[in-house]
Amino acid sequence: MPFFLENRQIVAPGDLLAEGDYLAGNNTYRQDARIYASRLGLVEYKGRLVQVVALNTFYVPSVGDQVIGKIVEANLHGWTVNINSPYMANLRASEALDRPFKPQRDELSDFLDVGDLVLAKVISFDRTRDPSLTMREPELGKITHGQIIRVSPAKIPRIIGRKGSMITMLKKETRCNITVGQNGLIAISGSNREDERMALLAIQKIEEEAHTSGLTDRVTEMLKKGRGDTG
Amino acid sequence: MTSIMVSRIRQKQIAQLIGSGKRLDGRELNKYRPVQVETGIIEKAEGSAKVRMGRTEVMVGVKIETGEPFSDRPSEGVLTVNSEFVPLASPEFEAGPPGEESVELARVVDRGVRESKAIDLEKLIIIPGKKALVVFVDVYVLNHDGNLIDASALAALAALMNTKVFKYEVKNGEVIKKPGFTALPMRNHPVAVTFAGISGKLVVDPWLDEEEVMDARLTISFGEDGRICAMQKGGTGTLTPQQVVEAAHIAREKAEELRRLVAKR
Amino acid sequence: MSQTTVLVSEKGIRTDGRKLNELRPIKLEVGILSNADGSAYIEQGKNKILAAVYGPREVHPRHLALPDRAVLQCRYHMAPFSVEERKSPAPSRREVELSKVIREALEPAIFLEKFPRTSIDVFIEVLQADGGTRGAGVTAASLALADAGIPMRDLVAACAAGKAGGHLVLDLNDLEDKEGEADVPVAYMPNFGAVALLQMDGLLTIEEFKQLMDLALEGCKQIYGLQKEALKAKYLAIKEEAEEVEEE
Repeated sequence: MPFFLENRQIVAPGDLLAEGDYLAGNNTYRQDARIYASRLGLVEYKGRLVQVVALNTFYVPSVGDQVIGKIVEANLHGWTVNINSPYMANLRASEALDRPFKPQRDELSDFLDVGDLVLAKVISFDRTRDPSLTMREPELGKITHGQIIRVSPAKIPRIIGRKGSMITMLKKETRCNITVGQNGLIAISGSNREDERMALLAIQKIEEEAHTSGLTDRVTEMLKKGRGDTG
Repeated sequence: MTSIMVSRIRQKQIAQLIGSGKRLDGRELNKYRPVQVETGIIEKAEGSAKVRMGRTEVMVGVKIETGEPFSDRPSEGVLTVNSEFVPLASPEFEAGPPGEESVELARVVDRGVRESKAIDLEKLIIIPGKKALVVFVDVYVLNHDGNLIDASALAALAALMNTKVFKYEVKNGEVIKKPGFTALPMRNHPVAVTFAGISGKLVVDPWLDEEEVMDARLTISFGEDGRICAMQKGGTGTLTPQQVVEAAHIAREKAEELRRLVAKR
Repeated sequence: MSQTTVLVSEKGIRTDGRKLNELRPIKLEVGILSNADGSAYIEQGKNKILAAVYGPREVHPRHLALPDRAVLQCRYHMAPFSVEERKSPAPSRREVELSKVIREALEPAIFLEKFPRTSIDVFIEVLQADGGTRGAGVTAASLALADAGIPMRDLVAACAAGKAGGHLVLDLNDLEDKEGEADVPVAYMPNFGAVALLQMDGLLTIEEFKQLMDLALEGCKQIYGLQKEALKAKYLAIKEEAEEVEEE
């Protein structure tokens, strides 16, 4: 038997997923001819690829990722940023300012202080050095208002949805600005608290039920009902 | 003198050799390094011994004092085993309270002695529930070149066999020492045999470089009657159940060989 | 060792009513602490043990960090009220040894090389102890690691077997452990036939030891099945509920 389980079945670490000429995809590993799950999640068989969509992970930076982080320290040439990852990130002053940084004249804390939230992008990361960030792109920068919610990074793809279908629907139904960090942090900014609260509830529902089908419809339903109640 | 960190090349060498049944120091997989046992070296201790296993050196001193029996064992004397990895024994050892390796070693040696009933603890009670003889076994590592457990267990055995208990009498509930000594009453002679799992094989008496390369470590202690009295898997690798049983058979033989080195005295 | 306690009746029934090769009733729950990255709770007989995992996270102190893999730190600790006679909160030598032995049981299961320069911290708190706590601790810690999303080769299941009243029995309770003739705790990764924790105290012939090890491994396999169920349970329940709503 080439593979042993049904598509989208829940699997646990150590579960045997396939044997033979298959490719070990995300959250699986190969031992001799067998492929096993390495994380709790839903198994997916896509042709010769066997992978697991993990139910819970932590964020490991990837170059190009958009992330939301919190400044935890200001040092000589920049800041240390907590990006909800096993690794702390660095944001050099030169990557935060649009003009050259002059140590004698510029005070780092005038731009970003400990506790500030930022939307940034990962520009480098390898296993020997901590990740580096940049804010020097339009749309990136300090986050000045709204709420931040934290979800398991494993759920971010579901919150964005296929070709952005879920996130587009969420923005429309809640009338909020929703910025999603690949690292599991999401910034919600609406014109009133009630809208922000609906967005929060919707995201929490997606996080809990990410592994089920028909989710987009159920969330849309929930939001429409919620709006109906408050007029 | 030598760096304690084994280079990658050497690590590979060791693992490959063992995979083909040979060891870097020329020994067979089942052979111990040369073992020497000396006893009675510390006159102020009630018993003492020093064991050299290759370049590993461990000294054990036994002190006997009077104390209270444990509340759940009111008619037995008390045994306590301690171990010190003193800084002079290795560039890796730091001064301070015992680390986890030291604590584990003491407890494994203790288990061997205790579970085999090596010491006749019932003969060490003075006044049941109130006064007993306490046997302090202190393991002192002098030079770490691998397999501290076997060297320590053997030194502990030799020291205990060498231990003299002072004669005493009890007057008005007080213990008064009298001149003269008796031998520590012993009923069994436990010996520990340790293996390192490397490249799927088990090698006996790993020396330091082999310990740095090993996946798992297995210690099996045997009493004189060929029964197992303690076992401890160590290291971050794993073993198969078959390997464990195989090791037990080899260990029983090896324990007998080591025991003969001590029994002669 | 008391000669007066009868540990196994003539009919082969133990002091708590179990048969010789019967496990104590086990309850497993995953994800019960909100702060920890992963957590699990086990009840096995009267044992009540919590396991929590933080990490991978920055290593403290920094000099302990390894350049090519994560460091696994493990703390096994007993609450002062967990045993009959109050236990001092300071770590005892037994807790130091068990912390080491448990860490060495979990390490082979984790893909530590994937997270260099980080630390994975496992905390095991024994809230109530009744024999076999190191095994139950390993069982719960494996679940906590999986709950934290830490990639693993396999779950590690643990169980002890021993000799009590002259009989070979599975999953010793505290009385059997204290009054029995031998105790063999084992932790096992069933997919690979790999023994990750193995200790023994008492007196056994090689043949008896082999039988006990096999008995303990059978127990581990049963517990492994329960672990898998517990991990999947939470998500299965949500899935069922959500898909029921669908059908309405």
